[in-house]
This record gives sequence, C-alpha cells and structure tokens, in this order.
Amino acid sequence: MFSTAALISALELGCIYSLVALALFLSFRVLNIADMTTNGAFTLGAAVSATIALAGHPFLAFPAAMLAGAAAGFITALLQTKFRIPSILAGIITDTGLYTVNLAVMGFSSNVSLLKKATLFTILKPYLGTYYRLVPVAIATALAAILMVLFLKTRLGLSIRATGDNPDMVRASSINTSFTITVGLCIANACTALSGALLAQYQKTAEINLGSGMVIIGLASLIIGEAVLPKGKIWIKAVGAIVGSIIYRFIIAVALRLDLPSECLKLISAVIVALAIGLPAIQIKKGGKAKC
Amino acid sequence: MLTLNHISKTFAPGTVNEKRALNDLSLHLAPGDFVTVLGSNGAGKSTMFNAIAGTFQPDSGQVILDGMDITRLPDYKRSKFIGRMFQDPLKGTAPNMTIEENLALAYLRASNARSPFSMVSAAERQEFREKLAQLGLGLEDRMNTVVGLLSGGQRQALTLLMATLVTPKLLLLDEHTAALDPATAEKVLNLTRQIVAENSITCLMITHNVQSALQLGNRTIMMKDGQIILELSGQRRSTITTEELLQAFHQHGVDNDRILFSAE
Repeated sequence: MFSTAALISALELGCIYSLVALALFLSFRVLNIADMTTNGAFTLGAAVSATIALAGHPFLAFPAAMLAGAAAGFITALLQTKFRIPSILAGIITDTGLYTVNLAVMGFSSNVSLLKKATLFTILKPYLGTYYRLVPVAIATALAAILMVLFLKTRLGLSIRATGDNPDMVRASSINTSFTITVGLCIANACTALSGALLAQYQKTAEINLGSGMVIIGLASLIIGEAVLPKGKIWIKAVGAIVGSIIYRFIIAVALRLDLPSECLKLISAVIVALAIGLPAIQIKKGGKAKC
Repeated sequence: MLTLNHISKTFAPGTVNEKRALNDLSLHLAPGDFVTVLGSNGAGKSTMFNAIAGTFQPDSGQVILDGMDITRLPDYKRSKFIGRMFQDPLKGTAPNMTIEENLALAYLRASNARSPFSMVSAAERQEFREKLAQLGLGLEDRMNTVVGLLSGGQRQALTLLMATLVTPKLLLLDEHTAALDPATAEKVLNLTRQIVAENSITCLMITHNVQSALQLGNRTIMMKDGQIILELSGQRRSTITTEELLQAFHQHGVDNDRILFSAE
C-alpha cells in the first residue's frame, strides 16, 4: 500500500514531531500545565532556523532556535508565576505575541524559502545517501528523549515532577515552584522549537501558520503513545511519545493515501484528543474504574 | 537549637474577622529536645508551626534556628533543614512517583552541596533500601511501586523517613498520626520515637492524645490563645496524671476538654 519513500517520510516526520510530543510530555503530563505557547514556539523555531540557515549558518540555526523557544517558555512561566495569570491564558498571551515576533524574525514576510540554500540535510546528503534525512532526525529525537529521561531523574528533574504531581507536598518541601515551573516550560519550549527548526530545514521552508494546532497534534501523539505502550517507568513514557508521533504520521499518510483532504486532519486530531482525555471521566460516571 | 522570640501574628487585622493567632509567643528548644504540644482547636499550635516553617512572616518577633535568624527566609529555603509532617498522609509524598523517586527527591533536596543535576548512586539506593527495611513494612521490596498505591499509614511512614533521611535541624510533626487507624497510628508513633531518638533530632509534635503527649519526648507545652500557658518537664511531667493535667488546664479557663482530649 505504501511506497518505501512514503514509509520513510512518515518515519522522518514522526521523529521530527515527536519532539513536540516530548515537550508536551514534560509540560502537560509532568508539570500538569496545558502549555499553549507550543503553537507559537514551534513556528518561532522554524522561523529562526530558516532565517539563520538563509544567512548561511544551518548548524547554528538549531541552538539559536532552541534558545528562542526557551525564551518564549520563560515569558509564559513569568506571566504564570510572577503575574499570577492562569497557565492556559499565559500560554495564549505569549502565543499571540509570538505571531508578530515570528513575522519579524522572517523579515515581516509570511514565509522564508530555503530553496537552493544549504541546510543540515543537504550538507549530510553526500555522506548518508537515501537516509540523509532520517538519520539526523532520528538521532536528534533519540538524544532529546535520552536527555529528557536522565534529566527527570536528577534533583531538578524530580523537583519538577513533584511540582506537577503534588503541589501540597511541594509547598512544604524545599522546592521553589516558580523556579521548577520556569525551568520546565523553558525546556519544553526549547524542545518544541527544535522540532520546528528541524521541520523548516527538512521541508526547506518556514511559514507563519506552521505551528497552528500543534498543541493538539502533540497531545494526540502523546496519547496514542500512552495507549499502545504499557504504563510504567519514565523511559517507557518517553518512548511512547516518539512511537505515538510516528503512528500519528502513519495515520496521516493513510489519510492522504485515501485522498482525504488534509483540512480534515485537524478535526480528527481534535476528536482524538477530546475523547482520549475525556474518556476516563465518562468511565467514572458510569461507575467503572478510572485510569490514573 | 530553636528560639522563638516574642512572636505575634494577627490575621485579617482591622476587620470583624480579626484574629490574634500568636500573642507574644516565646519558646526555646535545646538541641535534642522533643517537645509535645497540646491545646484545643484554635489555640495557635499549627500557626506556631507555620511561623517556624515560614508559611507566613510574623508581625513581630524573631525565629532563630541554630543561631541563624530565619524570620525573613522564604519557606522553601527553610525546609532544607526543617522537616515537616501533616495530618493528611496524602500531603507528604508524590503519588505518581515511585517510593525510590520520592526518597531520592527528599535526599537530593536536603543534601545542600549537590548540583541540580545530581542523581542518586547505586550505593545511596542501597541505603534507601536498608532504611526502608527498618520501617518494618516490607516497603524495601517495593521500591519501584508508585506511592499512590500505598496505604495511608505506609505513606505517612514513608513521609517520616523522607523528612529524616538527611537529619533535619528541626522536625515539625503536626498531628501526623491523627488520620490513621489506632494500630497504624501506634506503629507510626513508635517509628517516630525510634527515628527521633536514633538521630537525636530536635522535634516539636502536636497531638490531641494526652497519653502520647506525656509519654513521648522530654517536654510538654500547652497552648491557648496563641500563648504557652503551661510547660511540663522533668519530674513533674513524669508523675502528672491525665486528671491533674486536665485540672491545670481548667484553671486557665478551658471549658471544653473534649476538644482537647481526643483519647479516653
């Protein structure tokens, strides 16, 4: 049903987008914050990456994009912890502001094209052959997942997990929640921006609406991953985020194959997320056991 | 070890709800003192703990711990050296983290010199196992179980271990066995006695149980209206009966002893 090329491309996109799922794993599952900055941070990463690659620095583009993403996360955290704005609203405020920032990064143009420009992938192409796109994105994803899992076992990582898990406990222990929330959101959005940065160089273009709906896509991937893998340790959850993203991309590949208009996909994603997050509540009402 | 110097705190000053919660309260604890705190509801016991832990800052007075004035130190900085336990067993542990992760967090937070990126070593994990085994609850074989699956008593015992894993300068126990069934409460109390004695921890314990107030520790204080109205130690404390204590309390105008004495 699929050509090898279509398979590989689904794998590649799955790897790239799994960074968003990993970011949401950190913000949504670990910190218990639905971080709306994600949409804007994804576009920001793409915009920064494309603009810097256009200037001839395709490698520098990635750390720069991550730094920009972390800055966006920092703003959201600041609004939330210092100005006591509810977390969802804080994310939406940053996301709204980022629209203008993203346009500015791209020189007040709605897109940047990297056609015939050097990107990470064109530079690696002579060495890696057919897999010149899959290898670097797979490495980036694996590295991000490993670092994330290791980080969550450190003193700071455990503190961030406790912040999301039991606010009562954290208040009575030596954890500064403003700090843990800030670090968590910075890392999550740096991860999201890296995803956008990879995608921009991958498809040789950045565009202002690239990140729209990214929160929902990321959550859908995360939830698919949780559904197919057993519950368990942190590293299983991180692998789940990656597996879920790849499955999500395969679903989209099937949909495209069936000539389903791509405009439908966001509605499908929204339904998946609403059902997956809502189902436990429905089961509780029926008297069944809730998943925890 | 701990000195409270003329602490006062009024909540909602200038309103009809004005409440003078702590009234020129002074208390001194020598290193290794284990003081039990009695008093009816609203006497200011928990408020005193909050003042020590830094939940709020007093209107006047000083909190001095181990020679350091911590009156203006934010609560999360104080809790590096002050361990605290509450009545609610759910408050002290993170339910979706494993026993080992909870212990690791407590351990890494309290050991000051560690970097934010430090992790526990295999040797430290082994140490956790041994300390868990000392609780006698079989938890040492369930290090990878999430804490949410444990019973209230098990969680409270774990919280106690977490609070004392790195010996704190001061341990605050706020009715930490009140929500447990009698047998479990007894067990947690014994563990408390054992752990506090082994590490000679300076400790304050609020309780409504007069018997345990007199049995545990070396001093007992009674509070009313944000002040200490009675202090017992030494000979007098070891010979006083529940009835005499009750009498002493009545002299200070406490009429409802049911609030004070939950046991018997």
